[in-house]
Amino acid sequence: MRTIHRSLLASAFVAVAALSFSGCAVTGAVVESAAAEAPASPVADAAASVTLTDGWAKAAESGMTAVFGSLENAGAEDVVVVSAATDAADAIELHEVVADGSGTMTMREKEGGFPIPAGDHAHLEPGGDHIMLMGLTGPLLPGDELDLTITFDDGSSLDLTVPVKDYEGANESYDGGEHGAH
Amino acid sequence: MTRESAGGGFSRRQLLLGGAAAAGAGAATALGAEAAWRASAGGEASPAASVVASATTVGDAVVPFHGEHQAGIETTPQAHALFIALDLLDGVDGAALRRLMRILSDDAARLTRGEPALADSEPELALVPARLTVTFGFGPGFVARAGATAPSWLRPLPAFAIDRLQSAWSDGDLLIQLGADDPVTLAHAARMLLKDARAFGTVRWSQRGFRRAAGAEASGTTMRNLFGQVDGTVNPAPGSADFADVVWIGDGPRWLEGGTGMVLRRIAMDLDGWDRVDRPGREFAVGRRLDTGAPLTGEAEHDEPDFGAVSKLGFPVISEVSHLRRSRSDDPRERIFRRGYNYDDAPVGSSVSDAGLLFAAYQADVDLQFVPIQRRLDEADLLNEWTTPIGSAVFAIPPGCAEGGYVGETIV
Repeated sequence: MRTIHRSLLASAFVAVAALSFSGCAVTGAVVESAAAEAPASPVADAAASVTLTDGWAKAAESGMTAVFGSLENAGAEDVVVVSAATDAADAIELHEVVADGSGTMTMREKEGGFPIPAGDHAHLEPGGDHIMLMGLTGPLLPGDELDLTITFDDGSSLDLTVPVKDYEGANESYDGGEHGAH
Repeated sequence: MTRESAGGGFSRRQLLLGGAAAAGAGAATALGAEAAWRASAGGEASPAASVVASATTVGDAVVPFHGEHQAGIETTPQAHALFIALDLLDGVDGAALRRLMRILSDDAARLTRGEPALADSEPELALVPARLTVTFGFGPGFVARAGATAPSWLRPLPAFAIDRLQSAWSDGDLLIQLGADDPVTLAHAARMLLKDARAFGTVRWSQRGFRRAAGAEASGTTMRNLFGQVDGTVNPAPGSADFADVVWIGDGPRWLEGGTGMVLRRIAMDLDGWDRVDRPGREFAVGRRLDTGAPLTGEAEHDEPDFGAVSKLGFPVISEVSHLRRSRSDDPRERIFRRGYNYDDAPVGSSVSDAGLLFAAYQADVDLQFVPIQRRLDEADLLNEWTTPIGSAVFAIPPGCAEGGYVGETIV
């Protein structure tokens, strides 16, 4: 998956970076032209519309951890994050947290992934939706940087780098039974 | 662009700015808007700004974290300060210090803008920047772990006869100095930074200080210590070439250029003993008037003292062992910039106060500037009867960093 999309991804990334860099001087013009091109251009995809703001991962010596942040969709089309990948863990899933009725918060794989409506955002936060890493291949230490890739419903994907932070929360129990993830 | 700002719309300032600093708009836009905000709301308030002051003028004011020098030194002193020293854990090496300083710098950059830190579990507490500054300093242990060359002055001060130093108030590997005009802002910032530092070190000491509340006095008023004295009259003017000469390091280890040397002395003040001294005795000890702070030979606070003036009986008007006389050097190099804070902790035993001064002094070379002054005061100073240094620490304050960089990038 990730190799197939790498070249597409690289150009998308450059486009996003250029947009946000020049945005300060000619915000209106650049954003409008990008938006105008989006529906017509064959290379415009979900990955080109989405940025992660304030992303971070919880530090962990081993086992499980999670990635949080705000996924912003600046495009004109709704998009859905359908999967994620990283070299830092054996498995990675898109999770939600639900109350099980007894007051315990349980996390489980989110059916259908994370939808991000056009012009809106999806918040990934402790106690809510998050990207779950299972079976860390090594310690994730505070101040490290974690690389991961998220893939959208149109097949495009986006490389992300987030800092790792010491965090005491995000301790929901994991209902992994029906997925048999580990 | 009307959608809420990045990170869940937590920044009141960003919302006020009409989304100009909202997600994806770019760092330069945010910076420009911030400058405009400061100009209108008054980080260093203009008279016009105070006339139209909104209820949140104090809370909304921002001091930029990024720059050639770290903030919190040349910054007009905030009402509240907190100095925290950490001892690094065993095994924390240069690579770990780099991770630490990147995280702490990112926290500081966000919090000083009035935005939550990443993974901030109380983000609402971050929304009042109140001129928050975070300043990092490195003790000898930090520099050694980084494998860098320390300046010769980065070590404990020489022992002085008047010292009664307690290790609980002395030394340390990493200094985090916080200042803000709001104590809740300060508490939240300190907690956020310490949460992010706990994988790397433990708190060695924490010293809280205060001045008058923001806006309680005309800006530029010299502080008073808890003896009632005007304290800090002779000080290089922030922003002046003189200040730069006294404070900023231009010639030292490369990693420290644009930084400074800091001495923090915890000076216990015997308020109970001071009670027994009447005003003439108090003024004689200092060499200044208590009401105006003027030298005993002058009329106004900033009048130059006349050390040659003698009384009718032939004695110097300003005693040769007064604090004013003893702290003044004939050598213009022997000067420091001080930015002190009062402390007033819970009394112990039969005393009704445990108070004093957190004497924070900044100078390019501690050995050439601070030590000679302290040596003279150690030899003779009438004030020594009521003041006792009980804590002492020396730190190298590295230069500031640009947006995207981190404090300490010149060393780790």
